[in-house]
Amino acid sequence: MTTTEERTREVAGRRAMRMGPVSAVWRPRTAAVVIAALVLLVLLGAVSIGRGEYPIAVGDVLRVLVGGGSRGETFVVNQLRLPRVLCGALVGAALGVAGALTQGVARNPLVSPDVLGVTDGAGVAALLVIVLAGSGGTAVGLLAAVGLPVAALIGGLLAAALVVVLAYRQGLDAFRFILVGLGISVALVSVTSWLLVIANVQQAGLALIWLRGSLNARGWEHVIPIAVVLVLVLPVAIALAFRLDALDLGDDAARGLGERVDRSRVLLLGLAVVLAASATAAAGPIRFVALVVPQVAVRLTGGSRPPLLASACAGALLVVAGDLVARTVLGGEVPVGVVTVVLGAPYLLYLLVRRTRKDSA
Amino acid sequence: MLALVLGLGALALVVVLSVAVGAAPTTPAEVWHALFSPTGSPTDIVVRELRLPRTLLGAVVGAALGVAGVLMQGHTRNPLADPGLLGISGGAAFCVVLSTTVLGVSDVYGYIWFAFAGAALAALLVFTLGAASRGGPTPVTLALAGLAVSELLLAITSGMVLGDGPSLDAYRFWAAGALDDRGADLTFQVLPFMVLGLVLAAANTRALDVLALGEDSARGLGQNITRARVVGLTAVTLLTGAAVAVSGPIGFVGLVAPHVVRSLVGPAHGRLVPLAALVGAVLVLAADVVGRVVVRPAELAVGILLGIVGAPFFIAMVRRRRMVRL
Repeated sequence: MTTTEERTREVAGRRAMRMGPVSAVWRPRTAAVVIAALVLLVLLGAVSIGRGEYPIAVGDVLRVLVGGGSRGETFVVNQLRLPRVLCGALVGAALGVAGALTQGVARNPLVSPDVLGVTDGAGVAALLVIVLAGSGGTAVGLLAAVGLPVAALIGGLLAAALVVVLAYRQGLDAFRFILVGLGISVALVSVTSWLLVIANVQQAGLALIWLRGSLNARGWEHVIPIAVVLVLVLPVAIALAFRLDALDLGDDAARGLGERVDRSRVLLLGLAVVLAASATAAAGPIRFVALVVPQVAVRLTGGSRPPLLASACAGALLVVAGDLVARTVLGGEVPVGVVTVVLGAPYLLYLLVRRTRKDSA
Repeated sequence: MLALVLGLGALALVVVLSVAVGAAPTTPAEVWHALFSPTGSPTDIVVRELRLPRTLLGAVVGAALGVAGVLMQGHTRNPLADPGLLGISGGAAFCVVLSTTVLGVSDVYGYIWFAFAGAALAALLVFTLGAASRGGPTPVTLALAGLAVSELLLAITSGMVLGDGPSLDAYRFWAAGALDDRGADLTFQVLPFMVLGLVLAAANTRALDVLALGEDSARGLGQNITRARVVGLTAVTLLTGAAVAVSGPIGFVGLVAPHVVRSLVGPAHGRLVPLAALVGAVLVLAADVVGRVVVRPAELAVGILLGIVGAPFFIAMVRRRRMVRL
């Protein structure tokens, strides 16, 4: 192993870092991006915590977060406002990593958990709980019993599994993946609009807000599950990321390097789907974060594929900033998901136009 | 010729079913009575005031969407083009919601112009994307562009209706895409636009046949590309905009109808356009009849039913063909 690492070091011209069996390459630019994103995240988070009916200055917020401040401020910050910001940051991080994984696996910037059916599957499950709880027979009763977040998680996982099964045909082709995911999404959206029609007005209002992805009224009970998932999955994803390097070389070369190509793909995709479904369970579908963030991160860090850690930080930053914009600039109860779509959809169009130009050049 | 006979037979069948089947049970004798010697009995009113207009509406909406699908697949040279998937219905829907909730327009002659504007904008976007590359956009590019446009408009639409109870209530029924409670006058109000769209589509068929060879060859054969595109875009806008304005967004008709017809009569647009109109009408009416029966006594909106049934068709197409690498 040592010789391989030595060679890597020589070829890349970068210092290798080793801790026991773990080794990584020191990339100053990636580290700078991660640190800058984290600093910005803390600052924006503090601003976001400070805004509200009882305004608190940024300095005071930071003092409370490190353990000082008055009792009143401590209560407002820790119990009322911190969970919302934390939930947004964790959801954004999970979506960023999920997007980086799917885009890395597919070697295609257009693949994201959104097109894998995760978000729409979670949406149908959540609406089943909101609309049919108590009247929909055993299956819905079971879903309602486990609670809306778990139901959304199950729905997202099932939909993604369905897409993978239907798109798998002598290997996983990125384009077939996108199109099958799109077809499944359309069917699920039809089910969603049927549930919206049979709901009463209050249920429909609740459902539409959930479907747009909102951080309203998020407490510690929403923060802890997504935090646990991130703590468990993120290290595994980072440890497995070297497989992405092999996949980057193309299927044949990766096989030549001893990589079991399809197994690695399914494994990494599975991690991505778990992250995306957990994020959706916590905050509803916040679309386009998983698509946009890895693409921005890869441009900032200058690597060959979306970086996991930097995508996590950038995703957290985007969702927290989006929520701040939704609450302050747009006012009222505009869900953060509206902001991310308004930013993300034009970016997707831009990516498409650029690709089309490049293909035809 | 056989295809035409088959299509007309299927249309006759679904029209009969659409007039005869519904929440209020009617015997064939009662339907006959209502159609040819009405006396104002309750079943006469059900058949003449509710089911006949609804059948007419379903037929024209289906025909419009089927033809719009042919035009879009022809102009983008793309087998997955559909007014719904490519965001054109979404554009029309967005502008209708904008006009009814924000501007307070309630008259169909008021908001149909918004539907046209929205459909035209979205169609323009898709066609521009198509023109940006020499070989035409891949199915994936187009599908994702449609996704981006629809998602964007949907987000803004829901942002507008979320804080407003009555709008939200109206929106969720309209967004499902349904034919009930529309009234005969509404159908006749949008009919002129659809007829104009169909005429333009018929005028566009020869140009489409030439364009199928590629833009360069078409230009070499003396085809005026810009004019052909403008005519096609106008027709798509009129057909989709009018259909969405009256029935809400209904997907997959524009995708399925052209493929069914193409498998029967081949790729010549002169035959594709009229037969796709026929098949589109049959599809929408059949879905509407099924939607009335499956969840009795409630109804399943035709847009929802076509979404659930159309998706497997779409996936089967994606799996079967090697088009994904186009």
